[in-house]
Amino acid sequence: MTKILRKDLIKISSLIKEDEKVLDVGCGDGNLISYLSKNKNVDCRGIEITLSGVGSCLEKGLNVIQGDANFDLEDYPDNSFSTVILSQTIQAMIYPERVIENLIRIGNRAIISFPNFGYWKVRGEFLFSGRMPKNKILPYEWFNTPNIHLCSYKDFYDFCNLKKINIENFFSLNEEGDVISNYFLINLLTYQVIFCVSKK
Amino acid sequence: MKEKNSFEKAIIKEQIKLDCGEYLHECQVAFKTFGKLNKKKTNAILICHALTGDQFCTGKNPVTKKNGWWNILVGPGKVIDTNIFFVVCTNVLGGCMGTTGPSSINPKTKKPYGLEFPVITIGDMVNVQNKLIEKLGIEKLFAVVGGSMGGMQALEWASKYSNRINSVIPIATSYRHSAQNIAFHEIGRQAIMADPNWKKGNYYSKKNLPKRGLAVARMIAHITYLSEFALQRKFGRNLQNSKFFSFGFDTDFQIESYLKHQGISFVERFDANSYLYITKAMDYFDLSIKKGGLKKVFSEKKLKYCFFSFSSDWLFPTSETKTILKALKSINAKSSFMEINTDKGHDAFLLDEPEFHLGLKKFITGQIKEIKL
Repeated sequence: MTKILRKDLIKISSLIKEDEKVLDVGCGDGNLISYLSKNKNVDCRGIEITLSGVGSCLEKGLNVIQGDANFDLEDYPDNSFSTVILSQTIQAMIYPERVIENLIRIGNRAIISFPNFGYWKVRGEFLFSGRMPKNKILPYEWFNTPNIHLCSYKDFYDFCNLKKINIENFFSLNEEGDVISNYFLINLLTYQVIFCVSKK
Repeated sequence: MKEKNSFEKAIIKEQIKLDCGEYLHECQVAFKTFGKLNKKKTNAILICHALTGDQFCTGKNPVTKKNGWWNILVGPGKVIDTNIFFVVCTNVLGGCMGTTGPSSINPKTKKPYGLEFPVITIGDMVNVQNKLIEKLGIEKLFAVVGGSMGGMQALEWASKYSNRINSVIPIATSYRHSAQNIAFHEIGRQAIMADPNWKKGNYYSKKNLPKRGLAVARMIAHITYLSEFALQRKFGRNLQNSKFFSFGFDTDFQIESYLKHQGISFVERFDANSYLYITKAMDYFDLSIKKGGLKKVFSEKKLKYCFFSFSSDWLFPTSETKTILKALKSINAKSSFMEINTDKGHDAFLLDEPEFHLGLKKFITGQIKEIKL
């Protein structure tokens, strides 16, 4: 079953406990919430911006609303979910600040994953080619990329401190999707990162 | 009359209390069914029709000789697959296709009711449908589906009989009729009542029916079903018959001809008094004024909602659906929603809209798996 999940989603799913109440913001085809509801009896909801994504979710019997995380999170009451997930989406938000504030307002905690722009290969590519870096999770050209708010591990860390957001824990993944534990060079070695954050 | 035999009728013998306070002592419900009810009676879908619809949602309509109004969606192998589902479609209370309405005979006077017919609501229509579903021995409907006024009925079902349905699919609809919608309906009603043949609703025995007024009402309403863009695309300023203006008040433009055609063909199949009663029922509809508001109205947790709206629909714009969704979000209801991008306006729910049809199909597929039909 976990075969169909992206590596970062496998890690995220391991962070969700049985019987939780989860909102997946930008749930795509619904693979993660489908897995969670079947295997962990999680009560799941989703928001997805594309019609094709919503359609795939409906076909899986999931409860998914077509919507835009930039605008449609305001309607959810405080603490209506135990966990709110935003995977590989924050960098495409118009108002990341507002979105993150909403995520930790709606959920007791938020799990936010994103590609680390401080990764050494990203830095190297920009340094040596002088052009916008691309890789498997950042495949777009500068002129058509939806990723308008890229940040590094350190940027996000600083943001949480600045906004007095509690970092419960975080996980650094390498290109293979395995968790690494070299905290000394973390911003250089992390390909993508998962943060678990909550209100202070 | 041959066509009278091509649908079924059920007589509800018990007294029905209406929202206006009056009682219907006996009520006839005209309905059509398609497909077969399974042994466990778990595969029934109730389809609710819009303002001027009827029970002939698919197949040939014996009155108009045209395909049913949702022929594109309902039938063997279609999105609402009658090989899988038992589809029930009723003519609404107040209608003129066999269900008791203002053109029916008042048992007290042995004459058509006319304006003596009590004023009805969407809630009354749904109560009558529920009696029929009970009569058919169906304890739980797989789904209640409807667009426009049909969507209002679907929402009413969700609020009143949520324990009797698995899922509700409201399409291009709202929890209430807006001021603008009421305004357009009122113009339509005034057009009917201004027709000298209307005679305060007592026209059934007369040779001349209030066709002019009803046609004008239909013409006005029809504009609200389309969009400015669609009208421009379809008709533009094209002239109907010649290259030159007539410099008179005959039909010059194609759009004039189109609306006249819509009006004329409508009066052949619809009763003016039914139009008055049903538009009023829509105008009275507002679930948010019920005690506790929308959050309370939709409090059933197990029920699945799947909403569809259309981007160019200005009669029931997406914002109306979003207001319902907001209430549903606040109670953590199991709701889904799709907005379909189209320039076809409100009418899109009746037309060939592949993304809508695909979305609906996927929701139904998902629910078949969920309840292990």
